[in-house]
Amino acid sequence: MTAEPTQPTEAIEGTERVRGPGEVDAVPLVGQPHVRRRAGASLVVGGVLVAVVVLMALVSFVWTPHDPTLVNAEARLRDVGDPDYWLGTDKFGRDVFSQILVGARTTLFVGVVAVGVAGLIGVPLGIVSAMATGWLGETVMRAMDLLLAFPALLLAIMFSAIYGGSTLVAMIAIGIATIPIFARIVRSGALQVLSSEYILAARAAGRSPWAIGLRHVLPNVSSLVIVQASVAFAIAVLAEAALSFLGYGTPPPIPSWGRMLQESQELLYSAPRLAFIPGAAIALAVLGFNLLGDGLRDRYDPRLEDRR
Amino acid sequence: MSVNPADRAAAGSAAYGPMSAVGDERPVLDVRGLSVSIGGHDLLHDLTFSIRRGERVGLIGESGSGKSLTSLALLGLLPEGARVTGSARLAGVEHDVVGARDRELAQVRGNEVSMVFQEPMTALNPTMRVGAQVAETIVMHAGRGDRPEAGRGAVRERVATLLDQVGLPSTAEIARAYPHQLSGGQRQRVVLAIALANDPGLLVCDEPTTALDVTVQARVLDLIVRGVEARNSALLFITHDLSVVATVCERVLVMYGGRIVEAGPVSEVFTRPRHRYTEGLLAASDLEGADPLEPLETIPGSVPPAGMFPEGCVFRTRCAHATTECEVLPPWSGATPEHGYACVHPAGVDR
Repeated sequence: MTAEPTQPTEAIEGTERVRGPGEVDAVPLVGQPHVRRRAGASLVVGGVLVAVVVLMALVSFVWTPHDPTLVNAEARLRDVGDPDYWLGTDKFGRDVFSQILVGARTTLFVGVVAVGVAGLIGVPLGIVSAMATGWLGETVMRAMDLLLAFPALLLAIMFSAIYGGSTLVAMIAIGIATIPIFARIVRSGALQVLSSEYILAARAAGRSPWAIGLRHVLPNVSSLVIVQASVAFAIAVLAEAALSFLGYGTPPPIPSWGRMLQESQELLYSAPRLAFIPGAAIALAVLGFNLLGDGLRDRYDPRLEDRR
Repeated sequence: MSVNPADRAAAGSAAYGPMSAVGDERPVLDVRGLSVSIGGHDLLHDLTFSIRRGERVGLIGESGSGKSLTSLALLGLLPEGARVTGSARLAGVEHDVVGARDRELAQVRGNEVSMVFQEPMTALNPTMRVGAQVAETIVMHAGRGDRPEAGRGAVRERVATLLDQVGLPSTAEIARAYPHQLSGGQRQRVVLAIALANDPGLLVCDEPTTALDVTVQARVLDLIVRGVEARNSALLFITHDLSVVATVCERVLVMYGGRIVEAGPVSEVFTRPRHRYTEGLLAASDLEGADPLEPLETIPGSVPPAGMFPEGCVFRTRCAHATTECEVLPPWSGATPEHGYACVHPAGVDR
């Protein structure tokens, strides 16, 4: 493969760059001052949506209108607006609103686990591979390529098959599959940071490679990590929904938005609300995390702050 | 012949007083036969010079003559794959900088020797408050050797003192600011404060004022000289601005093509240059003596790309006086590396 000399490093190394799902572009975030746009709006909307999800999860610990897992044959398929069941009931007579509330816990849990696994492993790997010269950095990145080539959902299904289906196992698998995205984003950002003069100045002041990685590189790629984390959070929520839909995610009877969607499919024509309600919950949560990530980046990156 | 930098040289030494070096003391920096090659290109050839405590030495030359590379070599900051031979020893450091491991060098950098970089806009970490960056340098080397352990309050006090010494007003506010909230001059003062934090024996400044406003330049230069004088530190000042060298330095090294082509006291080198390259540099920067209707004096041609300098005298391809004799490396004229030139047809002989 021939590469033009003007192409970025990744291309010169002779590797096809496969863009992972939801991977964001690293270039405009580092080093270049850019105009602040719609910082307020996306932060507020995203923040409110995420806050609603968090609030729902917290409320579900102390109060739900009904037991979300209670099967009640007498109250089957109540419509939205029922005085006892605000959002209706499903085919087993379980309260939809209660399930949505408890399902928010599952959603947050999967996001935190998957992003935690991916971030805690991917970010250090990215920084190390950027700072380590020679074979180590290359080996790490080729391993990441290998992992990236493996479909995330397939990995999760495989894990579930081996270790038994549980939300935790599925999300660790999703997290592992997301590691390369973090590693790559952080690596490209870190390479840019490492070429800057304050890194040279830090070395000239006698700072050790560890201190440089931790104190100088990490904070300067944190905006990339924040944005990537919010995107990965949204991906994890979607992945959990997909896995639950396929029957490999959250096992019944623990309420999960994805499984609510799955259970609604046979009633799609007679009771479309059963698909619409959890679907809307998933969509709004994913939208919320994406907007929050955008807003946080625009707001809290000190390099974008106006001069006072 | 009226040379502008020479006038400044006289004024300069009056402004900052004579050099306070003690003759028999071991030099702060002793460089012997330092050569660097990267990727098969020989970039620095056989550099030999030393700087004593309290001495201020200028290193001048056009872009591409190896000035910055020299400074990086002295701190052991050359890119990987650079081949370095010779020796560079610092007072108070057991091992040679050349060939030392990174771990050993990390203890020397910022402690025995520190550096001020050219570009104040990029020399500070944009995500750290500047006070924290100054403090980091202090804390990092605290408790090492004869340095006291630094407590939190002591460090904060030291940061305030340092920022005050580099002329930054209301230091508590400055210390809490992020680099982007400061002006270029303020940032360079912070960089200087970091460099001086541990009272280094040697301060290397790589074009520290080139990126600054002219009025700010004078202030920062003043602070640099005061800073090293107060600590009796040695200063290696890299620049292509001859008038700055004349103001700040007592001794000067003229560099071209990775070699030191002339060395000596500023007053002598700038009034009676011997090497034809030095002569050309001075003529090119002599604005007062220039006829406003005539084009400015220049050195013909341009600096060859790295590794493409000619054999023999490195300057002979651009020199009006070059003959076949210049094809062999001209010998060093002086008895010491501190004073002399390497030219077969030196200026000022027939006069």
